[in-house]
Amino acid sequence: MADTYQLSSASLDALFTAIQGDGRRILAPTDRDGRTELNPVRNPGEVARDYIQTTMSAKAAVFPKVEQLLSYTLAKGQVDLVDPEPQAVPTVVFGIRPCEAGGFAALDAVFNWDTRDKFFNARLDQLAVIAVGCTRRDEACFCTSVGGGPGSVKGSDILLTPWSEGFLAEVLTDKGRALQALAPKGFIPAPAVDKAALLVDVPAAFDQPALTAKLPALFDAELWGNQALRCIGCGACAFVCPTCVCFDLQEEADGQSGRRLRSWDSCGHSLFTLHASGHNPRANQGARWRQRVYHKFSYYPDRYGMLGCVGCGKCTRACPVDMNLQEHLLEAARS
Amino acid sequence: MSEANIYLPHLMRIAAITEEAPGVRTFRLEFVDAAAAEAFAFRTGQFGLYSAFGDGESTFCIASSPTRKGYIECTFREVGRVTAGLADKEVGDIVGFRGPYGNVFPIDQWQGKNLLFITGGIALPPLRSVIWNCLDLRDQFKDITIVYGARSVNDLVYKAELKEWEQRPDVNLVCTVDPGGETPEWTGKVGFVPLIVEQLAPSPDNTIALVCGPPILIKLTMPLLRKLGFGAESIFTTLENRMKCGVGKCGRCNTGKSYVCKDGPVYTLEQLGQLPAEY
Amino acid sequence: MDLNEKAKQLLEAGTVQAVLGFEPGTHGAPRPAFARGADQAARLVSGPGCDQNLASYVTRAPVKRLGKLAVLATPKVLRALLQLMAERQIQEQDVLPLALDAAGQVVELATAQAMEEHLALEPDPVSTQDRELLDRLGRMTRAERWAFWQGELSRCVKCYACRSSCPMCYCEHCTMDCNRPQWVPVPSHALGNLEYHMVRSMHLAGRCVQCGDCGSACPVGIPVHLLTFNAEQTVHAQFGQRAGASAKLDYALSTFRPDDKENFIR
Repeated sequence: MADTYQLSSASLDALFTAIQGDGRRILAPTDRDGRTELNPVRNPGEVARDYIQTTMSAKAAVFPKVEQLLSYTLAKGQVDLVDPEPQAVPTVVFGIRPCEAGGFAALDAVFNWDTRDKFFNARLDQLAVIAVGCTRRDEACFCTSVGGGPGSVKGSDILLTPWSEGFLAEVLTDKGRALQALAPKGFIPAPAVDKAALLVDVPAAFDQPALTAKLPALFDAELWGNQALRCIGCGACAFVCPTCVCFDLQEEADGQSGRRLRSWDSCGHSLFTLHASGHNPRANQGARWRQRVYHKFSYYPDRYGMLGCVGCGKCTRACPVDMNLQEHLLEAARS
Repeated sequence: MSEANIYLPHLMRIAAITEEAPGVRTFRLEFVDAAAAEAFAFRTGQFGLYSAFGDGESTFCIASSPTRKGYIECTFREVGRVTAGLADKEVGDIVGFRGPYGNVFPIDQWQGKNLLFITGGIALPPLRSVIWNCLDLRDQFKDITIVYGARSVNDLVYKAELKEWEQRPDVNLVCTVDPGGETPEWTGKVGFVPLIVEQLAPSPDNTIALVCGPPILIKLTMPLLRKLGFGAESIFTTLENRMKCGVGKCGRCNTGKSYVCKDGPVYTLEQLGQLPAEY
Repeated sequence: MDLNEKAKQLLEAGTVQAVLGFEPGTHGAPRPAFARGADQAARLVSGPGCDQNLASYVTRAPVKRLGKLAVLATPKVLRALLQLMAERQIQEQDVLPLALDAAGQVVELATAQAMEEHLALEPDPVSTQDRELLDRLGRMTRAERWAFWQGELSRCVKCYACRSSCPMCYCEHCTMDCNRPQWVPVPSHALGNLEYHMVRSMHLAGRCVQCGDCGSACPVGIPVHLLTFNAEQTVHAQFGQRAGASAKLDYALSTFRPDDKENFIR
């Protein structure tokens, strides 16, 4: 149940102050050296003005690029294990787009199905999301083709829409209400406003349910190898993606002590599926590219009842060779 | 206080080491923590992630039977960093174990049926768990036939147990080695496993087939069994895939909508047919 | 003949099985493209933005399987191809470089010698901007430079876009992927990042053709190309040779010459 308010710029200032007074850090897009990335900020003035997206995603707030899962000390005939308590910093992520806010559900689906990952949960617990709706888009965006939109509320605790000299603020969840309660005076009941009119129009580019239904029959198509011909097999797409969650486990030890770390990994890397015997079930880049598409658009819906893609376009923008996901999906849909 | 750490292994003491074949060892492991030992239970088909602390984790089946309490066993070949680290260990050393993971062979559904085990080389360990489980409950099953082969006599694993099975009147064991792998004393068969199965021509009536082996064995044996009349739902296999977390999160073993670590490693041929051909 | 006409001609005649160039991509920016039939020749473009070092494709198995390849050859591509020939990774007959003259007309450079002669006419590979950055780094104290790189490399996520985009990083089993022993930690913590980039720079010293693709491929904008540029400049200063200058170049760091300097041995 959403309550809609108007929030002036001054009130946003006050909210930032109150949030920090409550012991939380705020991560928001900032411009630095010609790049826009999430960084700690103190006031709204530091937040970037004219961005479509940050390059890296907010998933690092709940799923950092490196995380220690356990450590140990060793002696002959003895191992002492240390089970770490996750250190989660209370955090508000401000200014990400609705597409990216919608990505946390896909991470949650993996980390909490069947067994629960305490490291992810500790951080998610301490995270609140204030997304800002989109008044601009670029060619890489396709949120409306995957169930999202420039004003989608999925995954946000508060959704702001730029309006007048401030914002419309939809307070959506208990976490959102808790934030509101830190600076309640700034949240003034809003008159009825056509939110969609304030946002950029993003026509749907393709019929995703039809594509998802078609994918099983396309598994052996030459299409995937052809599309992957220019793919260089790096991990940029997976690492900037708000929903990609595959990880590696690595051991680092020196004979007397050691630790086990989790780090980001990518199904695009050739070693991802390599067996100790030398056999590799996905031995060429076409098969690995296909896995990326199928995992997001076929296996995720089958398994978790949701897509593994939010149409943010980060992969397309970060890819050194412009593997434009929307374009490739359109080609598959038409084939 | 947060939730349990699903990546934290149990500490296991190596109680016994058996050299099975060149480069292949069996560890008998006992829980260091008595409470963990008491609480532990598993079913045949399940696997674990075994830690060589300092090197990492490796995935092996639990090769012992759930009917044998107080220990678990794993059998592995030294092929890489972790298995080399494990191979360096001695009796009394500590390793880690996370599990039991994965699904199970549904032996409770096989009561009154014949069981046909077809396997080769170091693929016997996962089926050895099932074999002993069934032998410990012998009355529940009818004929038990095991076809097992290896490259050479020396490469056969569980040599002492093979002798035991051979001598049991309630087990039909057919052992074979690849042509050129026999020794002058060898009294078993000579020929690749699928060929021996073809010669044996087992009947599919009321029979469950369990097949485990390297891709080439699977590739040749599955069509053969279908030709002999086995239904795709009566043929079981256990798959391997590269694994890291073992609990369906890291994505490495994902194939189709399946995580081999959660929805497998046990699959019927029918279920395999629904997975993409990328294993 | 312009690029599209030449591509069509080569494909129609079967002289090559694919032409590797560029096509317009997202936001109009050119991206690598393979024309695999005469009917696809028309979509190739050239000009501003066609900067990527296409030579990184010529050692890849799926590309080799296409057959003989013609490649749009900017100077950085030519340098990379020559260095690959020097390292015996490709032969003259595997690839047909197509350079463009000032009028946009194709010049076929079918031999290593033709490529070397064409390159001799080309200006210094390093851009003004990069030269300024390198100079700035050179003027820093060691502590300042260390702090600069610590800061930059802290953002690295070990995606390996730098490695994947580099024409010289063609090893099927990269040092980074070896775990016996684990030469360099895999996770992207400070040590893992630092060691990876240091090792990579050392592996490229004497081999880097200074195309800068590693830096432009980096999704988080770390100027990793400056590390390899610097290593290359050092080799040039110490050994007097430049990677990519010739198809007959010995690897500076493993070739002994009687007249090598010994002034560092004290």
